[in-house]
Amino acid sequence: MFYRESGDFKTSYAADQQTFPIRFDRIVVALILVCAFLVVPFFINDYWEKSILLPFLVWSLAALGLNILTGYCGQVSLGTGGFMAVGAYACYKLTTGFPDLNIIFVILLSGGITALVGIIFGLPSLRIKGFYLAVATLASQFFLVWLFNKVPWFYNYSASGQITMPERSVFGTAVTGSAATPSATYLFSLLFVVVFAFIARNLTRGRLGRSWMAIRDMDIAAEIIGVPPLQAKLSAFAVSSFYIGLSGALFFGVYLGAVEPTEAFGIDKSFLVLFMIIIGGLGSIFGSFVGAAFMVLLPVLFKNIMVGGFGWPTDMVQHFIFMLVGGLIMFFLIVEPHGLAQLWRVTKEKLRLWPFPH
Amino acid sequence: MNSTRKFGDPILSVNNISLSFGGVKALTNISFDILQGEIRAIIGPNGAGKSSMLNVINGFYHPQEGEVWFDGKLRGSLRPYEIARQGIARTFQNIALFKGMSTLDNLMTGRITKMHANIFWQALWKGKAEKEELMHRERVERIIDFLEIQAIRKTPVGRLPYGLQKRVELGRALAAESKLLLLDEPMAGMNLEEKEDMCRFILEVNDQFGTTIALIEHDMSVVMDIADRVIVLDYGKKIGDGYPDEVRNDKDVIDAYLGVAHD
Repeated sequence: MFYRESGDFKTSYAADQQTFPIRFDRIVVALILVCAFLVVPFFINDYWEKSILLPFLVWSLAALGLNILTGYCGQVSLGTGGFMAVGAYACYKLTTGFPDLNIIFVILLSGGITALVGIIFGLPSLRIKGFYLAVATLASQFFLVWLFNKVPWFYNYSASGQITMPERSVFGTAVTGSAATPSATYLFSLLFVVVFAFIARNLTRGRLGRSWMAIRDMDIAAEIIGVPPLQAKLSAFAVSSFYIGLSGALFFGVYLGAVEPTEAFGIDKSFLVLFMIIIGGLGSIFGSFVGAAFMVLLPVLFKNIMVGGFGWPTDMVQHFIFMLVGGLIMFFLIVEPHGLAQLWRVTKEKLRLWPFPH
Repeated sequence: MNSTRKFGDPILSVNNISLSFGGVKALTNISFDILQGEIRAIIGPNGAGKSSMLNVINGFYHPQEGEVWFDGKLRGSLRPYEIARQGIARTFQNIALFKGMSTLDNLMTGRITKMHANIFWQALWKGKAEKEELMHRERVERIIDFLEIQAIRKTPVGRLPYGLQKRVELGRALAAESKLLLLDEPMAGMNLEEKEDMCRFILEVNDQFGTTIALIEHDMSVVMDIADRVIVLDYGKKIGDGYPDEVRNDKDVIDAYLGVAHD
């Protein structure tokens, strides 16, 4: 009833192609943002920060990045973990090399460095497609993690081989290191995620996004109508790696504080992010967030219900969660192979017409 | 019937083109020109090399011999997207739309050679990128009006029926505002009414925008009605070239079409 387009007339093309064409959507998004920025920071505690909100934000950013590459440009990649490691190590090297450089720039630069690395590993995509490309990107996953283990320069010759984030602050408030408060780290990550989600939306709706989608849907036709495949594919790799690098830097710097590459950026992380976008919805910004929420938050929810609610032993619950989440993944993919975002789109279409569906 | 129409200089001329794939000679020593503002039809039996000819013109195939002159310049070995930028647009025999995108986005993609806002402006959106987008949207809306596809503007093209998809594909090629438009069987598989619509669109495009058109078509009545001049290919060789009436009465052409035994 409230979810209507009728009466909401668009009189200019600018209004017609805005991000949230329906007024109700605009209000809801604005409310969520206000809540996230102005309400949540006052109530956030250590548990909510470390187990729920930060992982969700960090993985959303990674999913957003992979979705640009795989969902919008159609290039399958299994190198996400490796690229996150690049972001993390770039962040570490930059901030220890230039301690006075503001952490915001450090993280942005880490994204930039990852983008360059992404372009290099994206070069094979000009020749190979689909599963073969996935295997080629797998090489980057193993090579990069091996590199960060092997070359001591990357971890500043520390004895343990780990990297540890020193304390850095923005406007006098610590956002990394042990002194950072939950609300500071949360707001810092949230800011990155919100800003870059809007940037992703802008990139995907304009010329660049269309050239990516054209390559995805029919690469030969795309080239013939004037999309340079080299530029389109490599820009997708660059932008996607930039996002994944940001998420890697936040993952290491803000969320974990200290990482060891083999464990933190293994192949399982690449698959995790790939599952997020498949379940959330390929080629959808919203889908990246839903997918990240699904993969990160559901296990936490189940754990709380089973351990906290029923008082079951933790190890048993752990196995139970694997089965439950696995089952749910299958369920949602059978119900809607195009992901949760598509499910939501269909629901919205039905809502718009309700109660007269014909 | 159209011999009274006036045309300009050749916009495209191909000289002695030969194209082969391994031992198969797809095109042998073909030469012809297309004049500014005309509708030029390429006809011939299946496998005659018509689509190969279009592929040579828009740079998807590179012929082993011969040269292509476009817009007064000899064309070197260019990639297809560079040729698109020079002003050649085309449609495909099997629809090659971007199925995951809406009609509007497909048409906007057709204008991609004309959009230049760089990645930072696009990330910002407000300002240059939005202005450019709106300007091109207005041009695209004109094409949407022209092709009478307003109602399916936001529909993903994968959901559209065949006839409409063909129309959207024509729209995408029109959106490029090219100097030369190549249409590969624009009416294949359509019913009479859809064919008539398509003919009307092609003639109006030619008439209103002055676009030069080269088309491949199997429906002879359509070709004879709308084409200004016709080229006939058979087994990769040119066997006829001229006004529709001349071609219709040419002995070689009749032989090729009626299937007289090749000796």
